[in-house]
Amino acid sequence: MAMITPPPDIPPAVLQADAVVDEGGTLTAVEAAELGLAPATRPRGLLRRGWDVFAENKLALASLAVLVFIVLFCFLGPVFYHTDQVHTNLQQYLCRPGAGHLLGCNDLGYDELGRLMVGGQTSLEVGVAAAVVAVIFGTLYGAISGFVGGPVDAFLMRLVDAGLSIPYIMVIIILSVVFHPTTIVMIFIIAVFYWLGVARLVRGETLTLRTREYVQAVKVIGGRRIRAVVRHVVPNAVGTIIVQATFAVADSILILAGLGFLALGVQPPATDWGSMLSGGLTYLQAGGYWWLIYPPGIAIILTCIAFNFIGDALRDAFETRLQRR
Amino acid sequence: MIGFLVRRILQAILVTFFVTVFTLALVHAFPGGPVRALLGPRATPAQVAFFNHEYGFDQPFYVQYGRWVWQLLQGNLGYSIKLNQTITSELKQYLPNTIVLVGLGTIVSLLFGIPLGVYQAVRRYTLGDYVLTGVSFLGYATPVFFIALLLVEWFSVDVHLFPAAPSGNTFGALLGNPRAIVLPIVAYAFLLYALWSRYMRSSVMDNLVQDYVRTARAKGASERRVLWGHIFRNSLISIVTLLGLSLPTLVAGAIFIEVVFNWPGMGLAFYTAAQNVDYATLLGFTLVATVATIVGNLLADVGYAVLDPRVRYS
Repeated sequence: MAMITPPPDIPPAVLQADAVVDEGGTLTAVEAAELGLAPATRPRGLLRRGWDVFAENKLALASLAVLVFIVLFCFLGPVFYHTDQVHTNLQQYLCRPGAGHLLGCNDLGYDELGRLMVGGQTSLEVGVAAAVVAVIFGTLYGAISGFVGGPVDAFLMRLVDAGLSIPYIMVIIILSVVFHPTTIVMIFIIAVFYWLGVARLVRGETLTLRTREYVQAVKVIGGRRIRAVVRHVVPNAVGTIIVQATFAVADSILILAGLGFLALGVQPPATDWGSMLSGGLTYLQAGGYWWLIYPPGIAIILTCIAFNFIGDALRDAFETRLQRR
Repeated sequence: MIGFLVRRILQAILVTFFVTVFTLALVHAFPGGPVRALLGPRATPAQVAFFNHEYGFDQPFYVQYGRWVWQLLQGNLGYSIKLNQTITSELKQYLPNTIVLVGLGTIVSLLFGIPLGVYQAVRRYTLGDYVLTGVSFLGYATPVFFIALLLVEWFSVDVHLFPAAPSGNTFGALLGNPRAIVLPIVAYAFLLYALWSRYMRSSVMDNLVQDYVRTARAKGASERRVLWGHIFRNSLISIVTLLGLSLPTLVAGAIFIEVVFNWPGMGLAFYTAAQNVDYATLLGFTLVATVATIVGNLLADVGYAVLDPRVRYS
């Protein structure tokens, strides 16, 4: 066996590092420092460095604040502002905004401000849940497809192509007609189409990651392929995935709003921001019922813009080249 | 090029196969299957059995699939018992109207989106760029039906500038009263504007730093010639692809706009069918839109290959 001479720029301690490396095979910061690999000062973590980049983006910070406000408004608001969102009260039919009802009432006598809170809960919950379901499934599908490669990959991706060529809104409408969805079913109906795009994206990411040495090394050591996918490919694609998830929340909220607007969304007395706008359409021609249109519309826009800005900033935050070390 | 075309067309056929299987499977996923959908929950078992036999629903899936595809190939898209009309005749009635909306809306959005995208790239990081970026962010985050509602509220209810709905049901009537189709087309164009302008902006910015731009400048080409003769032409290539890929967005937009403005097109008919639980219409329209999307993707890819020779060999 030929002798391998180490390159001169590696500190000698590293070459005897087996003694120092802990059981998990990783170096602690102190150990690394002793080996001359890193400064002895405590290095800033990945999250910390990511946050610094994120915090430089004023738009993203403002968006985060808006989002926190909207979440508090929807979930804590009803604690302070009591309204009956279950029983209709026709005496308050389309009452104007005033002392008792800050944003007036709709045609069934529901207080509009209270409804904005309750509807917002549905919109946010369904949006986040659908995004999570779609992203988890799409990630696994895309990672496996990209990692296995060959005919399996080709087949799996043609399925995704087929799914993406069906105008999603039509199938979502059909599914809503068929299932009369509860909130839980709604989440899956929205996720059914959203995972396709995620799968395609993660597959692309996997294709580049699988050729990296550390992923190849798993195979050399004798690790199973599923281990390489779950432990190495997915964690390294996590930046892309989280960014995608952020946009997915905004898109899911928009899709839910669209279904609600077509009166195919969650079943009454539950509501969401889109369903509220649907009521606005009915009284549009009469004119003057601004409180039926603007509050839910602006709520949808604010939330979606906030998620989009945060997604953009997260993309920068995960871009290691922008991080100051 | 021939090889590329053959490969791409085979791929499209495979995707079409998957989609048709999926669509037929969707019919069978309905609670009680297609029979209950048509006969209602009160049909007796004997009626159900007779109906199943009559329409071949008691056959194995692949037999049903084969028959159905054979019918499709002959141009028979199905029959809506609720409307007492074939899907083909519904298409003849509604498709031209939808093409007016989608066509004009897309053209208007391109006329604004492309030049403004170029402007943003050339004057990047200036006030004008930021303002237009804000506008397109609004376009992304605003549901298209909300834009439509606002347009009606502002320009039809508050100020009687434009009617809130087109006046006729036919292709001729739509075009005969141009004032009545302004608002739907503006709403539709706003939906798409953000897509084109964002894409054009980044595409031009990518091209600005390419070597060929430096070469053109070094040869003494004027800035105007560099921008419109070189960069613009190369950036347009990606818009062609994007157009082909955006068909699902175009369809979604058409449904919402047609519902708000009562536009007599496929989207409104689809929505009405959804409310009447008219499965034949729902599936027929979905299939037509899907095949249109597949063909659109195919044309986009081929167009891309024609415009950019590098693609053919990869």
